[in-house]
Amino acid sequence: MKNNKMLEITYPVETAAVISLSGDWSLAGESVSWSEFMQKLGGSQQPLEAISLTCRQPFNWDSRLLTFLRKLDDYADANEISLDTAGLPDGVQQLLHLSQVVPERSGVQGNPERNSMLQQLGEKTLGVVQEARLFTRFVGEWMIALSRFVLGRAKFRRSDFILFLQSAGADALPIVSLISILVGAILAFVGAVQLQMFGAEIYVANLVGLGTVREMGAMMTAIIMAGRTGSAYAAQLGTMQVNEEIDALKTLGISPMEFLVLPRSLALIIMLPLLCLWADVLGILGGVIVGVTLLDIALLEYLVQTQEAITLIDIAVGIIKSFIFAGVISLSGCLRGLQSGRNSSAVGNATTSAMVTAILLIVIWDALTTLIFNQLGI
Amino acid sequence: MKLNHAKAPVPAHIQVEDLTMSYGDVLIQRDLNFCIRRGDIFIIMGGSGCGKSTLLRHLIGLIKPAVGRIHYAAASFWEMDEQARNALLRKIGVLYQSGALWTAMTLAENVALPLQMYTDLPGPEIAELVSYKLSLVGLAGFEGYYPSEISGGMQKRAGLARAMALDPDILFFDEPSAGLDPVSARLLDDLILELSQSLGTTVVVVTHELASIFAIGNDSVFLDPVAKTMIAQGDPKTLLKQSDDPRVRRFLTRGEEQ
Repeated sequence: MKNNKMLEITYPVETAAVISLSGDWSLAGESVSWSEFMQKLGGSQQPLEAISLTCRQPFNWDSRLLTFLRKLDDYADANEISLDTAGLPDGVQQLLHLSQVVPERSGVQGNPERNSMLQQLGEKTLGVVQEARLFTRFVGEWMIALSRFVLGRAKFRRSDFILFLQSAGADALPIVSLISILVGAILAFVGAVQLQMFGAEIYVANLVGLGTVREMGAMMTAIIMAGRTGSAYAAQLGTMQVNEEIDALKTLGISPMEFLVLPRSLALIIMLPLLCLWADVLGILGGVIVGVTLLDIALLEYLVQTQEAITLIDIAVGIIKSFIFAGVISLSGCLRGLQSGRNSSAVGNATTSAMVTAILLIVIWDALTTLIFNQLGI
Repeated sequence: MKLNHAKAPVPAHIQVEDLTMSYGDVLIQRDLNFCIRRGDIFIIMGGSGCGKSTLLRHLIGLIKPAVGRIHYAAASFWEMDEQARNALLRKIGVLYQSGALWTAMTLAENVALPLQMYTDLPGPEIAELVSYKLSLVGLAGFEGYYPSEISGGMQKRAGLARAMALDPDILFFDEPSAGLDPVSARLLDDLILELSQSLGTTVVVVTHELASIFAIGNDSVFLDPVAKTMIAQGDPKTLLKQSDDPRVRRFLTRGEEQ
């Protein structure tokens, strides 16, 4: 046993043990095995009635000694052994007393109840229903604020609005451009490989044109903006919640919905369809690059083919979608921000959850509209 | 425990009636009954976690009471229509614990926002008012600074300037001296006292700083976290001399008198 020197047990009488401590009892020292100690303590034939502790120099101690003593004290209590610590340094005795003077409060240690799977499933489902209700109510409140805005009664700062327009519009151009060109090029490339088998490379123009204008343009910009702007909205409002800035607005009778949510959502609703148009153009450009350089289609031929493939209605389909996407992104960002708890990790959760909600709703809405437009023959 | 005021003739500014506060199923405080008289500096005190700040949030209309009513002058806050409630809120200034300045705006814009929202004053006049309010709290010349560029004490004072922007009838302070050094805390206390005396504003302060309590308070209510209700009411200095409740005495003497 390593700790022979640290711990010596003698039995002046059969029912009493004297434990003499020495050596390094600090966190940097060697650990003392509780089970080996218990074996040693069992050396007496009779059951113990008293334990007294002493120490010998060199003796170095810190919290490790105290954790050992607390364990020993619990053991002594459980077995009705009296424990005498008078032989230990004053500091040790005081700290031990301090750690015992306020008894552990029952019921404080959270005892997380494990529910059955069925119950958990039920709770989660109810949670989803509750979420849907909250979101619907939020959209309703937003509509009321919007109507007040239309009537010229909503109050927000014009300078804020212009700033939001810039950050949700011009500032997003580079990333939207890059991704649109690449997605257009990828569409063209994947399509070309298949179409080449039939010698129908020229239809790449139709594929890219229609795919971009009806689906990918709106969808890709929406997902980029959900990550870029929706989460920023959630983080901004969440931080304002933490700093009591939103309370400060409320106690002035200023509605956070009008002052914070309305300018943000309007900015995105104006800018996202514009970004979507821009993404359409660049997506087609990506297709052109692949078509002209890799498939040897003449530039003019490609453009004419594209022009014939796309109608104004196709473009309108994409734009209509992106209006709704903008609403979904900005409202889920703002809702999560306003719902955020009052600490930094809650703001992080709000941001994540804003992203997830927005992307989920984007994809659901996209699938739904595609189905509806298909049924309507648009 | 005496809950009736001997000096009642001064009209009540805020009257709290049978107020019970709870978060969901968790009871915070129950059966609160007290009145805040016009022009008083009223202290809400009690140990940590007793619900002082929650009471403040009820008084400023951020939380709806579970049970009970809060009257301003004669009107019950939650029974007014929204317009009346907003008009009332305009007459209330709040200094939050963290200052709660809008971080995206400069100090001048912070103070100006309530004025822009609720008055038709032209820009230059608003700028003059802003500069006057900032000078009242000793921040003249800091108009163009952002909240992140000034110290915590200055943020609190700027928050006070914003709270006073609309010349409120009632000023609420949530732990004004929290996070301030003793000298700054003292200066803020003096400022509160001066403002209350010169403007006749009713002041409600949530605090557990004994020095502040005795220096500025002339009426108070004491909330107890265990009894979950108010256990004393009155001028803190009188409470110190006369209260026979050991919990109140322990609090007011920093536990030195058991």
